Amino acid sequence: MPVSLLWAVDVYGRVYSLSTAGQQWEQCRDAQMEFKRVTAAQQCCWGIACDNNIYLNVHASDLPVRYQEETYENQRWNPVDGFSERLLPSDRWQWSDVTGLQHQPLDSFQLPSSSWEWEGDWYVDENFEGEPTEKGGWSYAIDFPATYTKDKKWNSCVRRRRWLRYRRYKAMDTWAKIPSQQTTLPDPFSDISCGGWEISEEPRGRLSLWAVSLQGKVWFRDGIYHHNPEGSLWEEVFLPGEVIQISCGPGDLVWAVLWEGQLIVREGISRDCPKGSSWAVVESPSPDVGAIHVAVGINVVWAVTKDNKVWFRRGVNSHNPCGSGWIGMVGEMITINVGLNDQVWAINCEDRAVYFRQGVTSSELSGKTWKAITVPRDGDRSHSSFSFLSTLDSAGCYFCGEVRAQSVVSDAESDTEKGSADGESIPGEGEVKAPCAGSALSPSQSGGPLDPQWSNVDLEEAQQAQTVAVQDTADTCSLSSVATYTLAMEDPYGADEHPLWAWVSGGGCSVDSHSQLNWFNFSMNTLVSSVQSMSLSVSPAQTAAWRRQIFEQLSERTKREMDNFRHYEQAVEQSVWVKKGTMQWWRDWKPHKWIDVHFALEQFSGPDGNKDGILFIYYNYYEEKKYLHAFINEVTILVPVLNDSKHTFAIYTPERTKQRWPIRLAAATELEMHDWLALLSVSCCDSRGIHGPPSKQAIWSITCKGDIFISEPSPGLEAMPYPTPCDQMFWRQVGGHLRVVECNSVGIVWGIGYDHTAWVHTGGYGGGFFQGLASSTDNIYTQTDVKSVYIYENQRWNPVTGYTNRYCTLLRLEFTKRVVSDWAIDYSVSGGTDREGWQFAADFPASYHGYKTMKDFVRRRRWARKCKLTTTGPWQEIPPIPLSDVTILPCTAQSSVDVIPVWAISNKGDVLCRLGVTALTPAGSSWLHVGTDQPFKSISIGAASQVWAIARDGSAFYRGSVSARSPAGDCWYHIPSPAKQKLKQVSVGRTSVYTVDENGNLWYRQGVTPSYPQGSSWEHISNNVRKVSVGPLDQVWIIADKVQGSHSLSCGTVCHRLGVQPVEPKGQSWDYGIGGGWDHITVRGNSVEPPRLRLPSLTDPSSRSPVPVRNTEVNGVGN
Amino acid sequence: MADDKDVLRDVWFGRIPTCFTLNQDEVTEREAEPYYLLLPRVSYLTLVTDKVKKHFLKVMRAEDVEEMWFEYEGTPLKWHYPIGVLFDLHASNNVLPWSITVHFKNFPDHDLLHCPSNSVIEAHFMSSIKEADALKHKSQVVNDMQKKDHKQLWMGLQNGETHTPPILKRRPQTTMSDRPFIQKLFRPVSPEGSAHSLGDLLKEMYPDAITNDGEQKRYQVVIHGIEPLLETPLQWLSEHLSHPDNFLHICVIPVPTD
Repeated sequence: MPVSLLWAVDVYGRVYSLSTAGQQWEQCRDAQMEFKRVTAAQQCCWGIACDNNIYLNVHASDLPVRYQEETYENQRWNPVDGFSERLLPSDRWQWSDVTGLQHQPLDSFQLPSSSWEWEGDWYVDENFEGEPTEKGGWSYAIDFPATYTKDKKWNSCVRRRRWLRYRRYKAMDTWAKIPSQQTTLPDPFSDISCGGWEISEEPRGRLSLWAVSLQGKVWFRDGIYHHNPEGSLWEEVFLPGEVIQISCGPGDLVWAVLWEGQLIVREGISRDCPKGSSWAVVESPSPDVGAIHVAVGINVVWAVTKDNKVWFRRGVNSHNPCGSGWIGMVGEMITINVGLNDQVWAINCEDRAVYFRQGVTSSELSGKTWKAITVPRDGDRSHSSFSFLSTLDSAGCYFCGEVRAQSVVSDAESDTEKGSADGESIPGEGEVKAPCAGSALSPSQSGGPLDPQWSNVDLEEAQQAQTVAVQDTADTCSLSSVATYTLAMEDPYGADEHPLWAWVSGGGCSVDSHSQLNWFNFSMNTLVSSVQSMSLSVSPAQTAAWRRQIFEQLSERTKREMDNFRHYEQAVEQSVWVKKGTMQWWRDWKPHKWIDVHFALEQFSGPDGNKDGILFIYYNYYEEKKYLHAFINEVTILVPVLNDSKHTFAIYTPERTKQRWPIRLAAATELEMHDWLALLSVSCCDSRGIHGPPSKQAIWSITCKGDIFISEPSPGLEAMPYPTPCDQMFWRQVGGHLRVVECNSVGIVWGIGYDHTAWVHTGGYGGGFFQGLASSTDNIYTQTDVKSVYIYENQRWNPVTGYTNRYCTLLRLEFTKRVVSDWAIDYSVSGGTDREGWQFAADFPASYHGYKTMKDFVRRRRWARKCKLTTTGPWQEIPPIPLSDVTILPCTAQSSVDVIPVWAISNKGDVLCRLGVTALTPAGSSWLHVGTDQPFKSISIGAASQVWAIARDGSAFYRGSVSARSPAGDCWYHIPSPAKQKLKQVSVGRTSVYTVDENGNLWYRQGVTPSYPQGSSWEHISNNVRKVSVGPLDQVWIIADKVQGSHSLSCGTVCHRLGVQPVEPKGQSWDYGIGGGWDHITVRGNSVEPPRLRLPSLTDPSSRSPVPVRNTEVNGVGN
Repeated sequence: MADDKDVLRDVWFGRIPTCFTLNQDEVTEREAEPYYLLLPRVSYLTLVTDKVKKHFLKVMRAEDVEEMWFEYEGTPLKWHYPIGVLFDLHASNNVLPWSITVHFKNFPDHDLLHCPSNSVIEAHFMSSIKEADALKHKSQVVNDMQKKDHKQLWMGLQNGETHTPPILKRRPQTTMSDRPFIQKLFRPVSPEGSAHSLGDLLKEMYPDAITNDGEQKRYQVVIHGIEPLLETPLQWLSEHLSHPDNFLHICVIPVPTD
């Protein structure tokens, strides 16, 4: 689980955050003022400051928040001037929006607030529907409004072009004021709550923000999206009474507390109406005492009454937002907050500590016990004395019962340990005012200071303190880590001076009941001992020189003492052993069905010292006992197979791969299957002498189930003219669950999960169901993935009853792991849907559209459900940006690249360039955003840093001037797609560029030379191709559909292009490997030159440039 | 990136190619062919040489056979040291295979312990473990082990199994084998809490082994046939390069003068 933050405000108005991986509250030092309340989401935090303005703190991300402004310039032709800005009176404005209705001159565009900046000036867009236009970017038509084309024709009377300009949100990681509306709000805000990000499929960033004003009115902030984090305006929400506090959950729950002590529940909140439509009233839990505080999650509601009692609401869910009844809980709290996963935090009314509710699970939402979070604040550690500071006009006073103006203790300023401060400072215990959060506003709070003026007993000291506070936030980390040691010396210091909290928000804090948190039982001793044990067990680096030396020498020793003496007899012989069991086997003859069989694995030592074995399947054939056997050293892969009711796996040998008919077996339980898979896998590896982590040259592939397989390429795999046949490749499984994996030959491997999470390979192996020797001891981590499963609800129209669901069919659940969400209508279906998610068509099966016409007699809608899988594997998460594609520079065997270029595409389509990736730090350090005019979907970088990408509209782009010095290049060159084809994926090897289009055609880029890297035209190579991977030797591998074997047909098959050589980069034919059911392959790590005699004339790539370009833009030629 | 587990595998899988030749002075009926074997580094000579004995007995008369013993370049080999240690100590800089001379006469009583049966080796092995355990844990572990656990440990060694003894936790402890032989418990952590390195140990136990600046290297420090850097943490060495008897055997040998 990635690190996330719990936010809290102490009684002095200072904002702190506590990391799920951390052990202390970190003060948000950016805040120049005190805050009343904060409400957090994962990507940002909103707060009401002491000046009663609302502030937004968007957490910095490598992915910028940017917005594309566009406007159209329109012109009409006349015989005198040609095309000119002189338009007819009936025409649109000279500058307008796309419809022509809005007047939009360039200078009418203003930045929405001071938190934005322009990225550059206006420029003309020279792409038109995926095709590059003539210089100037004009598209032509007969008249407005009409169909535009990029070519000027004899009857083109009007033309227009699109101007673009980007603005960027710059106020990251800082509290930026939300500009107040022209129609000034009547009174200051007193409460705020954000949530609602799960009610639609919008990418992260859409929020519902609710606020309460002092007069008890409720406001809804409209238009908060990723590209508009501040939202656009406040809308008042009609109320049945005066509200004092409101809470909005991640889903569609919104509850508020009325002044009189009842609660109101917002009804009618949906994807189309995040604001909801009406209120329902729920009585206070206790008839005598009114409610004072409420907190909601996805399926829970907690409340606090005026006597500080805590209540839990039973039976709350999306369909019944009011729930059914109250249950009194143990504990006395002043406020309560529900975060992600329905986890609960509260502030105790006695000690003002933040408590975490332990044991909250989806089956036990009310949890078990309260546990105090006892970590210290960062300030507690470092100061050895208080500085005595007071504010003239500080909002800190706001939190005191009465405004006394002077003498508010602040320990925030004292994290510079100055010797001089010791003598002059006065311990401040007595000065702390009894806090009372939620008390009435004192009238003196108008326009609180952004830059509070500090005064002090010693003026000089005060000035120093202030400068430090303002400028030196960057040093706080080092300060506090140094302070760790001082803390140990000054043991009793923090104990009696524990923080007093006023407000807590867990809306951005992703924990669940399994999370390992270090928030509790904090003591000085554990800290010291953990520092010590760390220096012992966690060796400074896996790559310390001494360790490398040992590894190197051991492998030298093995070479010296063993490799030349393999033919010697072993002093100690090993014995044969057998493991038996029962299983079911998908029998070879018709009618195919599962039959019970006995299964046995016999293992023994082979003559070469390697272990070998035979597996036997004993079955009955018409009362006759028969058996089937396979030699372990012939088995090429063990694949877990999807099956709705059984735990099945398939065993392939080269022969079985040719047949497309593996041995299919089913174990009684999942555990039994994993036992067998682990055992068989170990014996297969033993028999081939394959141990330890994958080599840097390994070929990686992924099945449609998300299982990850690796194969060690033999030196002859790319040999000419007789390569190792593809069906003889041995594949072994690695733990984890991924959708995409990419690697290169220095051992950098990245993966992307179904939920778009990015992962980096740790260098380990095993995990998953592998245990013991087949798994590395370290480098294995927990991995989770979320996949959506879909079913379609189909209905046919009949004249009497309208649409009925007589034809309702259910698709099989393909992902039978832990289900985490209920079935919900999915609106993100291609073709669009109506408001209820329906798509219409003339008949099943047909192409569907999102609106009903006269001819439509059937309709369908898709329901989606999220399933979560938890496994282990040698993968570590690279937070926080979700990715959809990634590519790593393929290195040749002898290349010595230090920093390795890695490019990726975010799930929103942004192009990103990863900085700081080296062999030692494969995860890199940060993202560099590369601007594009439209979202992208596929990217690939070649050995000479040539970057190619595919946009969502199916057009190809080449990135110019990418080099080690300029890792992000300078600009995109638009490359026309093959005629009438939308491209889908691209892969670039040493020099070759291959793409796959949406109709499964594989294209080779002709005429690519070092001086003209964009090439000249696309040449068709093959059809029925799903994916392509081109390696550092320009070797071409694909995932192909419809491969015919001798017994059966397979889809999703690994294929290898034969006959590829420098003079013939397109190769000649395909060799068929493992499959079906494969989704992804990458051969970009295999840079092992095949052992062959090379002719000197083959090496210079520029000598190939005069290859005649004949078949330009060949279309639809199968292979 | 290699894994620490691979180190364990290398340690337990280590084999030394050996050529056994019969001593010239032995009386034979016909000429004895040399016998080639891969010896496990972590086992004991007398435990893995049944085949050698059988081979040479074929050419000898029963009355000429006394207790078998081994010699390398004039040095009788002490069977109660692991094979790898003997090799590192005596032959690590010589040509492979390791050429061992087999004797069936004139047992050097003052140099070697008698080894009439495997049970003697077993007893010795167990006493080594107990000794190590006594040094490290004050005997808690081995005394807590059941009889069958002892047996399991022993059987594992006999069969060349490649599992680390599961019961024994490796903890700070080290011995050195050398001429003269030093055996001592050494804490891998200093009282101040910093980790001791191999260099720290040598400085205390055998300062001569450390090459000072400007000096020519006089000694090699060999563990399992490799020369770790002096900054290698002892804790790691003890965890990964200990022998099955739970001792970390460090060989300090003079650099060959040629």
